[in-house]
Amino acid sequence: MAVFGGHRRDDNPALPPGQYLTESFPVLSSGPTPSIDMEDWEFFIHTEAGQTHRWTWDQFIALPSQDISVDIHCVTSWSKLGTGWRGVSLDTLFAEVETGFDFVMAHSYGGYTTNLPLGELLNGRAWIAYEYDGDELDAEHGGPARLLVPHLYFWKSAKWVRGLVMQSEDNPGFWEENGYNLHGDPWREERYA
Amino acid sequence: MTSRAIGWRTGSLERAHPLTASARSITFTVSSWPGNDAGQHVDVRLTAPDGYQAVRSYSIASTGAGEEIELAIDRLPDGEVSPFLVDDLELGDTVELRGPLGGWFVWRPEQTQPVQLIAGGSGVVPLIAMTRAHASAGSSVPMQLLYSLRTPDDAFFRDELSQPSATARTTWHYTRAVPSGWSRSAGRLTAEDLKRETLPPEHVPLTYICGRTGFVETVSRALISLGHVPDNIRTERFGGT
Repeated sequence: MAVFGGHRRDDNPALPPGQYLTESFPVLSSGPTPSIDMEDWEFFIHTEAGQTHRWTWDQFIALPSQDISVDIHCVTSWSKLGTGWRGVSLDTLFAEVETGFDFVMAHSYGGYTTNLPLGELLNGRAWIAYEYDGDELDAEHGGPARLLVPHLYFWKSAKWVRGLVMQSEDNPGFWEENGYNLHGDPWREERYA
Repeated sequence: MTSRAIGWRTGSLERAHPLTASARSITFTVSSWPGNDAGQHVDVRLTAPDGYQAVRSYSIASTGAGEEIELAIDRLPDGEVSPFLVDDLELGDTVELRGPLGGWFVWRPEQTQPVQLIAGGSGVVPLIAMTRAHASAGSSVPMQLLYSLRTPDDAFFRDELSQPSATARTTWHYTRAVPSGWSRSAGRLTAEDLKRETLPPEHVPLTYICGRTGFVETVSRALISLGHVPDNIRTERFGGT
């Protein structure tokens, strides 16, 4: 009988259950990387009252931004610790938004969607990120801008994000309709439906 | 709302054979395996004597019902799990398996759209599952595979893919070294190659691309430049950037 030795022994308290450390930055996308014309780029938040808050690229990058250092965890079991981003807090973007709905559907250029509870996007826990590691965010990794929700599995951090639509219920997004968990907390191993 | 509906099952290594110098086909018997769609993947968990565990996700080469699943594993030079599965695991040894997983990068026999498969290296694994599902279902939907390899020695499943009875035709492409007498010289897949060797946009194929990140990015961009719509391109990537 062959005996598995293993050699990583990532005994790191920052590592959620079932995850291993990687130094590279794997790419997982369900389709081609969309090409986005910056002239047309927008970010919006749409509420149940029919109100749409919009930012052009210039308006968006003029907003107060933050340097963010966070650990990220992919459902395919890799984690990357201490990744550095720059982005706009969702608290800033939601400052003027009035909504009674508790859930959000994030929509991306290219058609990707993912659902999130609004409460998990606020209070310094989520951003729209547009720089990675000091450089502009590569298209492969979701540039020009992506959602960054590091406390959930990384499929929730929608690449090429375009806008958020408020929803009354936690309706599933793309991967959530394809076998993945509605919530996606890595510390509770909420990987699959 | 912890949800762990998909649990771990024990798989016993039933058969194994080398595919290339660095890759091996391993077939497990998994009791109460529910069967899987072509293109789905499975998590494999190994446990060391001291309790340390490592989990990796692999595409499934087999498809359909039954309690056997075949994986085709390429040994990563710096890998922790793949060298063990390729070099060490013996017949009768057990691993834990969780799945089948994924509902997007799959092909089901009831689909009616023509299908173009494009594989880079070991990215052929979920795609051969699709050619197998196509054959076993007797599907009349056009399906063809373009298989890009570094050298002729790197092919997985060459005999099976080359059989005259194969219902999906395979076109071979080589990036580093070609067989003797090959008409095209070795080189990366270009938009010209794709135009010549894949179903044209007018046929509105559904295209599945699987390979390393750079390969998938290059090929999907070229297909869009040829007039394919992004909604008809599904991708599965592996490796870092």
